[in-house]
Amino acid sequence: MTKQSNSLSQGTTPPIFPVKTKIQVTVIFFVVIGVYLFSMFWTQQQMVGGFGNAIGNMVVVIEKFFPPNLSILPAIWDPMAQTIQMAIIATTVAAVLTVPLALLSAQNITTFKPLYYFTRTLLNILRTIPDLVLAVVFVGLFGIGLFPGIIALIIFSLGILAKLISETIEAVDMNPLEAMRASGGNILQVIFYGLVPQVLPQFTSFVLYVFEINIRASVVLGLVGAGGIGLVLDQQLGFYNYPNAMAIIVLIFVVVLVIEYISNKLREALI
Amino acid sequence: MIEFKDIGLVYPNGTEGLKNINVTINDGEFVVMVGLSGAGKSTFIRSINRLVTPTSGSLLIDDEDILSYRGSDLRKLRTKIGMIFQNYNLVKRSNVLKNVLAGRLGHTGTFRSIFNLYKKEDVGLAYESLKRVNIDEKLYNRADELSGGQQQRVSIARVLTQKPKYILADEPVASLDPPTSHQVMTYLKKINKEDNITTIVNLHFIDMAMEYADRIIGMRAGEVVFDGPVSEVSEKTFEEIYGRTIREDDLRGGANES
Repeated sequence: MTKQSNSLSQGTTPPIFPVKTKIQVTVIFFVVIGVYLFSMFWTQQQMVGGFGNAIGNMVVVIEKFFPPNLSILPAIWDPMAQTIQMAIIATTVAAVLTVPLALLSAQNITTFKPLYYFTRTLLNILRTIPDLVLAVVFVGLFGIGLFPGIIALIIFSLGILAKLISETIEAVDMNPLEAMRASGGNILQVIFYGLVPQVLPQFTSFVLYVFEINIRASVVLGLVGAGGIGLVLDQQLGFYNYPNAMAIIVLIFVVVLVIEYISNKLREALI
Repeated sequence: MIEFKDIGLVYPNGTEGLKNINVTINDGEFVVMVGLSGAGKSTFIRSINRLVTPTSGSLLIDDEDILSYRGSDLRKLRTKIGMIFQNYNLVKRSNVLKNVLAGRLGHTGTFRSIFNLYKKEDVGLAYESLKRVNIDEKLYNRADELSGGQQQRVSIARVLTQKPKYILADEPVASLDPPTSHQVMTYLKKINKEDNITTIVNLHFIDMAMEYADRIIGMRAGEVVFDGPVSEVSEKTFEEIYGRTIREDDLRGGANES
């Protein structure tokens, strides 16, 4: 080892990265550029009119939306509240169900490999299904209303939460857990004493984050008939009643902003 | 009484942790295990509370072979063996009292412990233990607010709260400075004498081993190469155990400062 480095320093200075790495990175760079150029070419072919028409259309559409008909606000307040309630219920249920799932899909807690792989795979499958598809399926099963929306949101947020939290669990300091085990604690006691204090702040933060996502998601779910403000928005758009739709959009915008502000403040206080 | 009979331990990757160990540790002894890192001291200690499981031989604690223990037997065994770690192994985000109460986990039902419904005498015992290591004023501080020496004292209090018959200490002073090291060792020795708790400590500083031990067991490459009372130990013994001459960094020093 020492001899090699000596002979190097006597001659020319060595490059910072090995030659092999340099070639690899260069090749990867050009492949990525190639992919970009190729996909640009294909999408360009689809966009026949280019942007020219779109900008013209935009002015026409936006004109129709203004001014928003704010006089309907009292009437749409109820479905808005429904949307928020949907998100609250779904997030709460998901947060409770996440706990066992996250524990079972954390490698350092579930040392029984087959069980770990089973829950991991289950969660991965869960995450591949888009929330909109879930909502369409459940609306088909239960009919139009809040219930299918809530179920869809629960499954959707379970996928995200369990993944995030199991990764937090895998990153904890295992030493205290060993100490609890050495003092004769059973597995539940070890988890509650050694693990819970370490992941609780992140857990709360992730739940709040998923709550924010759920507020927005539940609006979109309304569009496919899963209740809440989204359903009303869809109806108004269907009637071409653009001023009403705009009032709804403004309300959603304000509510989402307020909720995100509150939960951001809460998260800051936690960590 | 702890009896190792022909104990051997082979790790799944093929490394031999312990080879043919025959050692008897009597009640009330203060034993210091010495040896270089990787000599098998930790494996030896962790076999006693089955954090690792020897693969051959038999290990008797109070005349019962513990190698076959599983589930509740194993937890019961662990309640009578307290353990102190190099990195203190406290829950950093929990307060000192809760950390110390964790020593009672093995004696407390799952339901009670999860909902913090500790018996009054358990909380009293935890507070008493903190007083014994002079850290009772930090009761409600979070564990990560304490210095290394204070954290190690909290972990001693946790072990005391457990009311163990045996204490195992795996390199308890390796992360501490000399004066604090001596303080921690003094507490361990004091508890050993006052409560008559059999104590086994891993150390690699030979001057500390000489100062605190009743009996020294030397290990090299998974084997016991020396076992005898401190009075029989000289620098030459350590040279044999370590398989090399004694160096400056084998000594902790600072005995007079504390």
